[in-house]
Amino acid sequence: MVELDPIQKRLIEEIADIHETPVGAYNFRANSKLAGRNTTANIDITSKEDGSGIDIRIKPGTKNESVHIPVVISASGIKETVYNDFYIGEDSDVVIVAGCGIDNCGKQDSQHDGIHRFFVGKNAHVKYIEKHYGSGSGDGKRILNPQTEVYMEEGSAMEMEMVQIKGVDSTIRKTTAKLAADAKLLVQERLMTHGEQKAHSIYSAELNGDGAAADVVSRAVAKDNSYQKFDACVIGNCACHGHTECDAIIMDYGNVLAVPALEANNVDAELFHEAAIGKIAGEQLDKLMTLGLTAEEAEEQIINGFLK
Amino acid sequence: MLQIRGLTYEVEEAGETKRIIDNLDLDIADSRFTVITGPNGGGKSTLAKLIAGIIKPTSGSIILDGEDITEMNITDRARRGVSFAFQQPVKFKGLEVFDLLKIAAGKETKLKIDDACKNLSEVGLCAKDYINREVNASLSGGELKRIEIATVLARGTKLSVFDEPEAGIDLWSFQNLTRIFENMRKNIKDSSILIISHQERILKIADDIVVIANGKIKMQGEGSKVLPTLTGTADAVMPCNRYTEVENG
Repeated sequence: MVELDPIQKRLIEEIADIHETPVGAYNFRANSKLAGRNTTANIDITSKEDGSGIDIRIKPGTKNESVHIPVVISASGIKETVYNDFYIGEDSDVVIVAGCGIDNCGKQDSQHDGIHRFFVGKNAHVKYIEKHYGSGSGDGKRILNPQTEVYMEEGSAMEMEMVQIKGVDSTIRKTTAKLAADAKLLVQERLMTHGEQKAHSIYSAELNGDGAAADVVSRAVAKDNSYQKFDACVIGNCACHGHTECDAIIMDYGNVLAVPALEANNVDAELFHEAAIGKIAGEQLDKLMTLGLTAEEAEEQIINGFLK
Repeated sequence: MLQIRGLTYEVEEAGETKRIIDNLDLDIADSRFTVITGPNGGGKSTLAKLIAGIIKPTSGSIILDGEDITEMNITDRARRGVSFAFQQPVKFKGLEVFDLLKIAAGKETKLKIDDACKNLSEVGLCAKDYINREVNASLSGGELKRIEIATVLARGTKLSVFDEPEAGIDLWSFQNLTRIFENMRKNIKDSSILIISHQERILKIADDIVVIANGKIKMQGEGSKVLPTLTGTADAVMPCNRYTEVENG
């Protein structure tokens, strides 16, 4: 059973879309304590001996199973660093849902730094969904600094959906990946900042085996006085294919700095990058207004669609 | 009934005032399929944008069913029954065809998949292939045009304005598009349709034709009377003078 208070339940709904106890393996962490855990015949979750985090071991050949490991913080002033390691067996096909929600009604900062390492076995397929969310009316900041390391063996595939839509005051998100031959990595980041928020997103994908491919795509919206920096680097060390894209909408006094980078160390490496930053196109607003929406409603629809 | 009175639209170009629409009067009656045609640069698209509220006139007035809408913004005009299909359909990253149709139908209608299917089939698109497609550059010009028309159909308003539906699509795609307009004309009831077009097939089904050149109405009347005078006019056949001189040696 999972023991959560109403605020924690609301946070869990926001970050993991969970209304009831999920099916399959899970590990819920609330205010730095274990709030519930379930393992299955194929997926084991154990606490690290030093208490710094958990190990998730998925047996080879595990298909159509999921792991939920949400973290919620509803008390002000908590600062934690958690190390979670995922060992994904060969030929498995799983969905992993992580994410962190912070509700801070107090004066002290609350901070969760989650360090995730993924060891993806040969030909395994992983869909990883990570959502970050903040709420609460206190002056204390909501800070999330996730670090993700991905080690992909031959023929493996990983799809990462990294989402931060609301309420996180400060974030430095760092993701690194190393891909062996024929491994495929797809990252789709959705980031929205508002108020005085700051977000720095860093991606580095190293393509080390022939046939490896990485696609890092970010869609970002910076509102009010918020600031975002997007650093994405794809390094091609073999016959590989890499693509990175940053598409950003700025509103009000928002700032976005996009720094796409490519490094080719092999003559057969094919690497591309794209970046575009701008306000909402006037004709998009006009079109939705001709359908009867107000300018504000049109703006909301455009942003929601863009970040979907 | 749409009434346009003394409508003028001017722009500043290189320090000079250029009059795009010049003191224009026009009535668009209910239950009529009206086609506006005329030479490029004559002010047709500008007039359509002035009706939809995308641009504001320098002077004059636009009256819809007795209400002066000249000072109203795009949204208020749309809510009073003006629909507008853009000449260049607008693309959206992330918004899907179904999203756009739901917005078009309005919050109160709560458009269902079945209704969206009907809208799409009316413009010759198979719903299952399109309903979840993003309205972005992955769609062809012809597909975007059809979706643009479908959004206007989904609204089902009193006045529908189409700005050059044939622009930017190939002839074969347009042949199919004309059927959509033929159907619209059949089902016009008490609404009115205003299309800016150069296409003979569209002009042929017009109840009324209005010819606009240099920001003024050059000719207007029933389609059957105006159309024969358009083909074979000096505008259509006049060769370039210099070319003639060369030809004559």
